[in-house]
Amino acid sequence: MLDRTPPAPKADDRIAGGAHTPRIHDSAARHVGGTAIYIDDMAEPAGLLHVCLGLSARAHARLVSVDLAPVRSAEGVVAVFTAADVPGVNEISSSHRDDEPMLAEDTVSYLGQPIFAVAALTRAAARHAARRAIIAYEDLEPVLTFRQARADGNLVWPPMTLTRGDSDAVLAQAPGIVRGRMAIGGQEHFYLEGQIALAVPGEDDEVTVYTSTQHPSEAQALVAKVLGTVNSAVTAEVRRMGGGFGGKESQSNLFACVAALVAKKTGRAAKIRPDRDDDMVITGKRHDFEVDYLVGHDAEGRILAVDMQLAARCGWAADLSGPVTDRALFHADNCYHYPAVHLTSRPYRTNTQSNTAFRGFGGPQGMVAAERVIEEVAYACGLDPLEVRKRNFYGTETDNVTPYHQTISDNCIRDLVAKLEVDCGYAARRAALHAANEASPVIKRGIALTPVKFGISFTSTAYNQAGALVHIYNDGSVGLNHGGTEMGQGLYVKVAQVVAEEFQIDADRVRITATTTGKVPNTSATAASSGADLNGMAARAAAQTLKGRLVAFAAEAWSVEPETVLFLPNRVRVGNQEIPWADLIHKAYLARIPLSATGFYKTPTIHWDRDAGRGHPFYYFAYGAACVQAAVDTLTGEYRIERADILHDCGRSLNPAVDKGQIEGGFIQGLGWLTTEELWWDGTGALRTHAPSTYKIPACGDRPRIFNVALYANENREETIYRSKAVGEPPLMLGIAGLHALSDAVASVAGHRHCPRLDAPATPERVLDAVDRMRALADAPPAQP
Amino acid sequence: MRHAIRFLLGPDARTIETCDPTLTVLDWLRGSERLTGTKEGCNEGDCGACTVVVVRPEGPPGAERLRYRTVDACITFLGMLDGCQLLTVEHLRRADGTLHPVQRLMVAEHGSQCGFCTPGFVMSLFALTKDRPAATGEVWTSASPIDDALAGNLCRCTGYAPIVRAAERALAAPEADAFDAAHDDTLARLLALRDDETVAVSGPKGRFLAPATIQGVVDLMAEHPDATLVAGATDVALWVTKGLRVLDPVLWLGRVPMLRVVGEAADHLYLGAGVSLAEAGLHLSRLHPDLGELFRRHGAAQTRNAGTLGGNIANGSPIGDAAPALIALGARLHLIGRGTEREIPLEDFFLAYGRQDLRPGEFVGGVRVPKLGPDALFRAYKISKRFDEDISAVLGAFRVTLAGGTIREARIAYGGMAGTPGRAARAEAALVGRPLDAAVVPAFKAALAQDFTPLTDMRATAGYRLRVAGNLIERLIHEAAPRAPETRLASVGALAHA
Repeated sequence: MLDRTPPAPKADDRIAGGAHTPRIHDSAARHVGGTAIYIDDMAEPAGLLHVCLGLSARAHARLVSVDLAPVRSAEGVVAVFTAADVPGVNEISSSHRDDEPMLAEDTVSYLGQPIFAVAALTRAAARHAARRAIIAYEDLEPVLTFRQARADGNLVWPPMTLTRGDSDAVLAQAPGIVRGRMAIGGQEHFYLEGQIALAVPGEDDEVTVYTSTQHPSEAQALVAKVLGTVNSAVTAEVRRMGGGFGGKESQSNLFACVAALVAKKTGRAAKIRPDRDDDMVITGKRHDFEVDYLVGHDAEGRILAVDMQLAARCGWAADLSGPVTDRALFHADNCYHYPAVHLTSRPYRTNTQSNTAFRGFGGPQGMVAAERVIEEVAYACGLDPLEVRKRNFYGTETDNVTPYHQTISDNCIRDLVAKLEVDCGYAARRAALHAANEASPVIKRGIALTPVKFGISFTSTAYNQAGALVHIYNDGSVGLNHGGTEMGQGLYVKVAQVVAEEFQIDADRVRITATTTGKVPNTSATAASSGADLNGMAARAAAQTLKGRLVAFAAEAWSVEPETVLFLPNRVRVGNQEIPWADLIHKAYLARIPLSATGFYKTPTIHWDRDAGRGHPFYYFAYGAACVQAAVDTLTGEYRIERADILHDCGRSLNPAVDKGQIEGGFIQGLGWLTTEELWWDGTGALRTHAPSTYKIPACGDRPRIFNVALYANENREETIYRSKAVGEPPLMLGIAGLHALSDAVASVAGHRHCPRLDAPATPERVLDAVDRMRALADAPPAQP
Repeated sequence: MRHAIRFLLGPDARTIETCDPTLTVLDWLRGSERLTGTKEGCNEGDCGACTVVVVRPEGPPGAERLRYRTVDACITFLGMLDGCQLLTVEHLRRADGTLHPVQRLMVAEHGSQCGFCTPGFVMSLFALTKDRPAATGEVWTSASPIDDALAGNLCRCTGYAPIVRAAERALAAPEADAFDAAHDDTLARLLALRDDETVAVSGPKGRFLAPATIQGVVDLMAEHPDATLVAGATDVALWVTKGLRVLDPVLWLGRVPMLRVVGEAADHLYLGAGVSLAEAGLHLSRLHPDLGELFRRHGAAQTRNAGTLGGNIANGSPIGDAAPALIALGARLHLIGRGTEREIPLEDFFLAYGRQDLRPGEFVGGVRVPKLGPDALFRAYKISKRFDEDISAVLGAFRVTLAGGTIREARIAYGGMAGTPGRAARAEAALVGRPLDAAVVPAFKAALAQDFTPLTDMRATAGYRLRVAGNLIERLIHEAAPRAPETRLASVGALAHA
């Protein structure tokens, strides 16, 4: 029972945990206590089967024969399923391109592709059995590398082109030209909780799937498709994920569908939790890119024209590669105005894992390319790269049209960068570091300050909608549900703060409930940083509907004007009396007022014509900048990121503590992507960095010892939820400053006269390669004045 | 013979009479006990989501104190808990739900986001607070104890900053907890579990044997020539969790006190094979700070607490970090067999990739490590993609003896450059008789290319390995100079060099 007595008046008379307060994560106490329940922690249903996938050992081959008799006869095995056992459609493409069979049929298209599923009494039995299959392959030529992909020319999606002005003509006349190719590596999500799904069969065609997914509605739809039934027969639910980062937007569907298939076929609950190695070998990652750039500039470092081709290894299936490569193009300008521009994408099909969403969704790769362009121009002109950045920033009144013809109306980057530059002492530190390098033969230090502008909205306009469901129970407690999923980013607590703010009740009165397709239908993926923007607004709409009913009820019951009904902290003023929240609710219940409401939101303003390359795909932009200092060992290529200073725009932050966490964590994740996180396939197409022993995400000691993070005060100009801004993805790209700090250190070896062209990830080996190139250039006579 | 494993699970005494030899503590906790706070992240001891704390009495007889050591539950076999107390995240909260101080601080500092790694971090922070010098009477040799305690816990959400803030607060204002209050009682209960019996339990998949004496090991090896010897299991467990191998029987060496002896003479240290990597690092750091630094970066706290010096050598890995450094020091390996004992130069132990000079029935008893003479210059350099908890791409160790400005003797060993760790004979020869200065670099590098033909793999290309291995002589020369420039980035705190 909730306490019905009105809370003691507080000095500041505010609710606890309202909007804009640094409320702790709703599950924090459960996280630290080990009581937060992830799917593998749920009580297991009686008779549960454990499922393991049998994987292709070849990158590209025809399946000559698949002998599963040894699997079936293995100890503890209950059933084995192949594509032939799928009652519906053996197809789980999240983008409806029908190129992604759940289980391989007659060919395999990457090493690690699931061919069959074995269900056994224990997980160990299933894992042992899966390795007993005898599969005969007839090898086909695999396409693994960019070189092979370019020769093969097979695209998973029609390329996109963005054009403004006549870049060819400008390039022909430009005083300065730089051209080059940059390699940008992919990235494994390394969510700490691996993929997992638990399916519980229901009556007839019904099934409930607990799935660690960012996109329950899609899991629901694909399960229905595979089972040959309708969406309403399937419930997909997730309380929390142990990390997602985009890796559970579409890649989770396979596991949900396999678990559901086994559950319906056997009539028993089925759980699939791949081992970490299998997870990394099966699932897609951030796309690796090769970007060819041709840039015209003047002698003062002003960019005149940019022509870029952004090629991506998309893997064996389309998945989300079209929108991902599109977003790379949308961010190949970063904060810079290109007077003439021509950008094209090349989403290549390769015989590797199907690359997918990953925090930033192609945007980071486009932005890394943009920063390389800046760096090239800076070295060509003999300028500090930061100076070149500033000379090319978008304007506010002019020079404010993007390559996709959207006019930027909220540009604050010049002011934001100016503040950070002063606050972190960029100029003086840069001079001091460069001077110190002269006396340091082995260790060289560098510094870089790079900006971020990230477009907020799904570029697929239909995804920009959300629903919420709010119940007020007759004791005054509130149940909140919405379509957004919690993967650690603090979405649940933010939306709860919104509801608390609307009702003016303490946030702990708002019960947060698991995301389920049974409560809110047709939801979008929790992705594109949109979670709080969309679901916060939907929840507010639901709360406002309920408030409207309560106001009407109170006005009538107490015979006052509706305008005199005010929601005060944990109470409601009706005329000249104050009624505790719970009392009002109970009276409303007795008066038969409906105390449950849905809310809905769709983002205004946006539209996009991909074929024309024109439109207004982003509702607004989030901005930020980071200044990073790094030290490089010129004998080994080892390095340390020593300091980072960050200023980031969260609008009017919904929760400054959560937002700071997103900034710190996103920065480190971006830094990892560009430094130690290297995906390495051998010549057969086998991913050999398939576990944390070989794939190195940042460890605790890799964080900069000086790590200053501040929020930039900047109310969103658009009417977002309480004028906040999305924060999930943008901070990842602050990590780009780390790559450029390393580059600056490397450039010291040749007196900052040559662009180091440091590709990503800048592993110690790549850094040493760049150092050695610089050494060779330093020793060579100057090429030209 | 005792046919049961006995330990404390939190406050509760447990006796396990039936269990498979390679059942992991993680699977037992999550499966049999339904204690699901401990998470599986990688199943190979690299992410730390399954970090638990193992409590054992340590110290001289009569003056034992409880020591709290983190281990990865995913690569610890249940039988290895014999005689200890196991603490999981569930044990930290008080019965009334009150959070432990480290849990409270993690909440206050917003130290969790997705929360999946959090129980592991909480356990590492808990162990860190118990490992404070004020609590143990030992000194921290590391300049970055928080980073070192947390290097084996990966977090993908927070960027670590708030977790470190929680750790700093926990160390700045330590609070006594229920474990401190129960110290003497727990100590007495654990001491009462000690005996000299051979432990033998079995399950459907095989037998777990744990003798308590050297002779017991010898006899059981004779009786079970196919037994798999396990010390810390940080390597062998992966044969099971990743390779899905069935091991029967498992012969665990962790109950043999004689294998954990540490002896010191005027000119050498003797370290028993069962000395943990953590403890070995403490002892070896007294020979040279680079050895402390090398062991600080050897795996992470969890694997250093479980893994042993003998295991790191006996497994014959070409990239094990201990061997090259010990070879450069001139260490000798002590091998024990049935009625035999012998000592061989450590480098002679490694015959070829996957093959060591171990006779049937023989096992590694310990390592004899010579101390450095006053005219010896020693350095050990570990090169890896990531500084902490990473396997070396190249490890180079140098012991150079100088006489009258020239190099009289050079012992140089590398890991990661061949199928075994080994000496760089030609490169050593290129140095002898010459001054240690830049002039020797070209000859050294040319000779090194004759000594080794490294491989390309996911950690580095052959070219990088060779280039870096060669460049390390330049680092050595810089560091040997009277006014040495800055040469290292791996350690944040300054390393004091002799």
